[in-house]
Amino acid sequence: MSVVSNGLPTAQEIVGPTPGQRLRRRLFGHRGIVVGGSILGVIILMAVLAPLIAPHDPYEQILSARIKPPVWYERGTWEHILGTDQVGRDYLSRLIYGSQISLMIGFFAAALSGLIGTAMGVAAGYFGGRVDLVVTFLITCRLSLPVILVSLAVVAVIGGSLEVVILVLGLLLWDRYAVVMRAATLQVRSLDFVAAAQTVGCSTWHILVSEILPNVMNQLIVVATLEFAHAVLLEAALSFLGLGVQPPLPSWGLMIAEGRNYILFDPWLIAIPGVALFTLLLAVNLLGDGVRDVTAPENRG
Amino acid sequence: MLVYTAKRIVLAILVALTISMLVFSLLYLSGDPATALAGESATSDDIEKIRQAYGFDRPVWVQYLSWLGNAAQGEFGNSLYFRLPVWELILERLPTTMTLGVSAMTFAIVLSIPLGVLAAMFPNSLIDRTALFMAVVGQAMPSFWFALMLIVLFAFTWPVLPASGSDTWRHFVLPTIVLGYYATPAFMRLTRTGMLDVLSSDYIRTARAKGLRPWTVLFKHALRNAIIPVVSLAAVQFGFMLGGSVIIETVFALHGAGFLAWESISRSDFPTVQAILLLFSLLYIVLTFLADLLNAWLDPRIRVG
Repeated sequence: MSVVSNGLPTAQEIVGPTPGQRLRRRLFGHRGIVVGGSILGVIILMAVLAPLIAPHDPYEQILSARIKPPVWYERGTWEHILGTDQVGRDYLSRLIYGSQISLMIGFFAAALSGLIGTAMGVAAGYFGGRVDLVVTFLITCRLSLPVILVSLAVVAVIGGSLEVVILVLGLLLWDRYAVVMRAATLQVRSLDFVAAAQTVGCSTWHILVSEILPNVMNQLIVVATLEFAHAVLLEAALSFLGLGVQPPLPSWGLMIAEGRNYILFDPWLIAIPGVALFTLLLAVNLLGDGVRDVTAPENRG
Repeated sequence: MLVYTAKRIVLAILVALTISMLVFSLLYLSGDPATALAGESATSDDIEKIRQAYGFDRPVWVQYLSWLGNAAQGEFGNSLYFRLPVWELILERLPTTMTLGVSAMTFAIVLSIPLGVLAAMFPNSLIDRTALFMAVVGQAMPSFWFALMLIVLFAFTWPVLPASGSDTWRHFVLPTIVLGYYATPAFMRLTRTGMLDVLSSDYIRTARAKGLRPWTVLFKHALRNAIIPVVSLAAVQFGFMLGGSVIIETVFALHGAGFLAWESISRSDFPTVQAILLLFSLLYIVLTFLADLLNAWLDPRIRVG
């Protein structure tokens, strides 16, 4: 490896890899992260490039070409690789545009609930006492409410749309963030560097943002991936039950619901969006599990 | 133990009261509850009549207290759709949901605990990896889609089980699998890590050193301790299953409380929705309360701390 040919090890070899290099090596050496990350990357690309790669308009209905099967069936054509749905819309194009909806819901709902839950959890862990009591109480209350039933009811009252689903899920899914962030903050706050920051007179805000938060970031990322997947799953379920994203938007859950009437003779109408949903969830879960494996201190070699 | 129990009871009651307020306020989310109840085709005259009949012209806290007082006696008014007392409807549907919940829980436990134990006994073996794979796949599988795929396979391709309805035990097989499979990964992971922890502890080494038979060590010494956290998880998971029953019962047209909840939501039948929401939440609160007591009884460290 060494460029210098005098046989002596270079400085790089004596010091060993930098922390950044070690992190990268751990990240890219983890099968779950590589597989999950690549799949997620492809889906994100698909969502971003949707207008370029989708072969047809996802909303264009061609009533003469209804329920054309995918290309691997006998009657399938290359014109519609994944066939067409019950009103003759190209299934592949709808699937590609549908990835935008799932990713958007997952990202924004996980971000909103992350903001709420992290604020609550960090505050509870850092201040303790009454703040902790209140936060713990709120978490207990939130866990007692069945998420699906509450979101169904709320969406039914105020009407379903992409924004409403994001808002409802964002306001409901903060519990795991709060639980994990509270525990993580409790651990970090008793460490010496926090005491040092307090001694030199740093403001509480500064300590929370620059001392506590960076040290609980790993756990935060893991929870964020879990809640991303959770939000995607719930949106699909809500849309499937007719109380989420509304037609004609190509939500994968909605596509499964629309294909339900054709379950007997054309089960691929359900199978295809389901596989897409499963793949996205699998990728996000693999990524989350991988990040947890890599960053958990007890697993560091 | 008494002090601990008293504290937990007070907490459970406070949580239940908070939940009741949230459930009550559901009707006010739309802005005006009278308009929401009257439906889309109502005239302003109808709305005014409903406002008077339901007492929506009173202050909100008076409405809440009278609603709560009635709810405490099981009185939720009449269903707007069936024109029948809500509690009658729910009592009629609840056994189906409970049957589904209990059978799904049994399915999940029977499947996951042996798998978790085996995975912990032989870490990184083929069985451990298979169990882990099942857990990862299970967590990524949308339950409603899994349900539809099972219907395609076992009701249409090989017609061995019915696709919908709730008349015989055979109608419960597919819903049980779907709802139970959903809870399996969590149970399996917890059993596995619990067993791994316990198996590496000193008293297990002592038990082995004494020359006890491996099975005795495994079941009498290890599993007993590893199973404690699974008890709390079972209570939590049962609560999740009640929520999940809304989806599963709807897919399989199983006439339980979950299906009734979805139907009532679609029909804007608010009294029924509120009653079911409150009931499911209360069930969760009671179950976690009992699990906490059981845990404190099994592990004295909890009640002291």
